[in-house]
Amino acid sequence: MSDRIEKRIELRAPLSRVWRALTDYREFGEWFRVKLDGPFVPGKVSRGQITYPGYEHVKWEAVVQKMDRERLFSFTWPHPKSLGKADDPADYSKEPSTLVEFRLEKTAKGTLLTVTESGFDKLPADRRLEAFRRNEGGWEEQVKNIEAYLAKNS
Amino acid sequence: MRKTLRGTSAGRGSYARVFAALGDETRLKLVARLSRGQPSSISQLTEGSRLTRQAITKHLRVLERARIVRSVRAGRESRFAFDPEPLTEIRGYLDFVSEQWDQALARLKSLVER
Repeated sequence: MSDRIEKRIELRAPLSRVWRALTDYREFGEWFRVKLDGPFVPGKVSRGQITYPGYEHVKWEAVVQKMDRERLFSFTWPHPKSLGKADDPADYSKEPSTLVEFRLEKTAKGTLLTVTESGFDKLPADRRLEAFRRNEGGWEEQVKNIEAYLAKNS
Repeated sequence: MRKTLRGTSAGRGSYARVFAALGDETRLKLVARLSRGQPSSISQLTEGSRLTRQAITKHLRVLERARIVRSVRAGRESRFAFDPEPLTEIRGYLDFVSEQWDQALARLKSLVER
């Protein structure tokens, strides 16, 4: 089991177009579903409000890490203990966070985008999502993962 | 978007412990074995292994601290049983976040390919 999530997606659009969709705060907000207060600046906190239906009360507060033009965009993102309305944390900067990285590569057809989110091992174990409870098949899948890992590493 | 979490104040610890516990081939094998079978004693787990009883015990303690394995008393000896909960929780969380990324990236794709 890995403590990171990695996604790769091929986009039929040039690097410059993908870079803009990732780093222009209005465009980012459109697909990520967040209304941001202003542009992304490396080293600075980016603030806003989630627009995802049902979670409009949740604040967006990420720290922009790197903006390496058309190559890498990254930020750290808090995973608050709860996203319930009642226990929304007053100070997101004290919540444990994960690192999100977007890497861009030019391809024949357009752009290969690789997204990684890492640092899940730093989240406290008492963060229990309701989703966990619904995940009935979770353990069977986990055994398969362990077997696959053993097959690969032994 | 993240899903609603339900926090409990008990059992504080870190996923790091679970990941670290699984980051070892011997312990993964112990977990794989316990997950399929009955609770086993240290002697049973040592049988057929090239490791010493002491080494197996040490690995079991690591798994126990990560709550992946718990010891149950059976007469005069302890048996070790597998507890799927911490792994199910982490897996469920990662699956959930992963699903959110799939949806967000599908929206990004339609935006840039428009």
